[in-house]
Amino acid sequence: METVVAAVTPYVDFGNTAWMLMCAALVLLMTAPGLGLFYGGLVKRKNILSILMQSMVTLALVSVIWVTVGYSLAFGPGHGALAGFIGGLDWAFLKNVGMDVSPYYISQANARIPHLVFMIFQCMFAVITPALIIGAFAERMKFSAFVLFTIAWSLLVYAPIAHMVWSADGWLFKLGALDFAGGTVVHVNAGIAALVVAIMIGRRKDSKIAPPHNLVFTMVGAALLWFGWFGFNAGSGLAADGLAASAFVVTHIAAAMAALAWGALDWLFHRKPTMFGVATGAVAGLVAITPAAGFVDVTGALIIGAVVSLVCYVFVVFVKGFFKYDDALDAFGVHGIGGIWGAIATGLFATPVIQSAYKGFFFGNPDQLKVQLIAVGFTIVYSFILTAVIYKVVDLVIGMRVSEKEEAIGLDVSQHNERAYTLLE
Amino acid sequence: MMKYIIAIIQPHRLEEVKQALYDAEVNLMTVSEVLGHGRQMGIAEYYRGNKESGNLLRKIKLEIAVNDAFVEATVKAIVSGAQTGEVGDGKIFVLDLEATIRIRTGEKGSKAIG
Repeated sequence: METVVAAVTPYVDFGNTAWMLMCAALVLLMTAPGLGLFYGGLVKRKNILSILMQSMVTLALVSVIWVTVGYSLAFGPGHGALAGFIGGLDWAFLKNVGMDVSPYYISQANARIPHLVFMIFQCMFAVITPALIIGAFAERMKFSAFVLFTIAWSLLVYAPIAHMVWSADGWLFKLGALDFAGGTVVHVNAGIAALVVAIMIGRRKDSKIAPPHNLVFTMVGAALLWFGWFGFNAGSGLAADGLAASAFVVTHIAAAMAALAWGALDWLFHRKPTMFGVATGAVAGLVAITPAAGFVDVTGALIIGAVVSLVCYVFVVFVKGFFKYDDALDAFGVHGIGGIWGAIATGLFATPVIQSAYKGFFFGNPDQLKVQLIAVGFTIVYSFILTAVIYKVVDLVIGMRVSEKEEAIGLDVSQHNERAYTLLE
Repeated sequence: MMKYIIAIIQPHRLEEVKQALYDAEVNLMTVSEVLGHGRQMGIAEYYRGNKESGNLLRKIKLEIAVNDAFVEATVKAIVSGAQTGEVGDGKIFVLDLEATIRIRTGEKGSKAIG
C-alpha cells in the first residue's frame, strides 16, 4: 500500500492573521465613512448625499471588480513581455487564492498570512484609491458617468500601477522603488487623476467660494481617516511585529506634525488658525508618511509632516487660485502633492535603523532618490494619459457632466431623488 | 414713498437673481428658505422605494425694501434672474411700506432704507 502524504504547507501565523484582518477593516473605515464625511462636509448641503453615495458605491463596486479580475490583474503572476506591467487572469474569481499561506508575497515572506487575507487587505486599497478622486469632480459629475469612470479607472490605471510597484513581477518593484503603503500607487496615482478630471470637467457653475456646509462632518471624517490609516500603514508590513509598531508611530507623528504645521501656516497667512486647516494638515501628513512608514524614524516623520503641510498649502491656496482649475475638495492638492513629496522623502530619509536593507539619500544612498523619482515620474505620466483617455471616452459615450439646471438644483435631488436635510418635518 | 417687495423664487435661481439685483444696484435684501405650495410638481423624492407624500416645495423668499424710484428696476431684475418659463418660477408681491427705521442711528423713512 502506498502511503499518502499531505503536501507540507507553511503553517498560518495566528497573530499576524488576526492583526491583518483588523487592518483590512480599518482601511475600509477610511473610505466609508471616513473619506465620505471628510469630503461630504465640504460640499454644499444639496450635494452631500452624492458624495456619500459615491463613496459607498466605490466601496461596493471596486470590491466586486477586485475579486473577479482586479486582484489577479494587480497581483497575479504576469505573462511574457507584459509581466512587468500587469498580472494575468490566473487568479480571476480568486481561483487558487485560498486559506493557505500564499507563496507569493510582496514583502515579508515570513508573515505567513493566508492568501485570502492579503487579497482582502489589498481590496480596501483598491477601493479607497478611486474614491479619493471624488474630491476633484464633486458637485458636478453625472452618477452614471461616475460609475463607468470608476470601473475603467480601477482596471486600467489602478491595477497596472499596483502591479508595477508592488507585485514581485513589477518592473518598478524590481528597480527597487520603495512604496511601503501606497504613496505612489494610491496617492500620486489618484491625485494626478484628480487633477486631470478637474481640468477636463471644468469649473463648477457657481465656483466662487461657498462655505463648507458642515465642517463637523469634515473633522469626524479626518479623525476616522487618521484612525483607519493605522491599518493602512502599520498593516502594510503584513505582520504584527516591530516594523508595524514603527510604522504606527511614525504615521501618528507625521499626521500630528502636519496638523500643527498647517494650523501655523493659517495663522501666519490668514491671521487665524482654522479647524479645517488643522484637519487638512493631518490628512496631508498621513498621505506623505504613507510611502515612508516602513523606512523612516521619528525624526524623518517630523520633517515629512512639517514639509508636507507647507507644499500642500502652497498648492491649495496659491497655485490652484493662480491656474484656476477647480479641484473642488483638493484631491490633487493634498493627495497628489502630498504623495509626491512623501515618495521623494522616502528616498531622502529612509534609514537603515528601521530596515537595514533600505537607505535613502541622507544615509549614503543617493541612488534611492533616483529610483523614487523614476517611480513617481512614471506614475504621473501613466495616470495622466490613461485618465484623460478614460475621461474622454466616457464623456463621448454618456457625458460626464450634469446639466446646468441639475447642478443648480443639486446632485442629491437631481441624481438620487433624495435629500439629506428636511426643512420642516 | 417706499415699497416692500416680496419675491418667491426657485432655489436654483437665487444666484442669478442676486447678480441681477446687484447689477441694478439693489444691494440690500433678506433671504430665507421657505416651503410653498404652487401649481408645479417638483422632482419626486423616493425613500427605500416609497415616494414622499409631502407636496410642499422648497422655495426662496426674498424681501427687499426700496424707495419708489427703485421698484421697477428691482422687479425687472428679479424677473430676469428667476424666469425660466416653466411652471414654478414664482411670484413677486409689491406692498406699500409705512415706515423704515435704521436701528443704529434712529434715522427714519427714505434715508433709512438704503
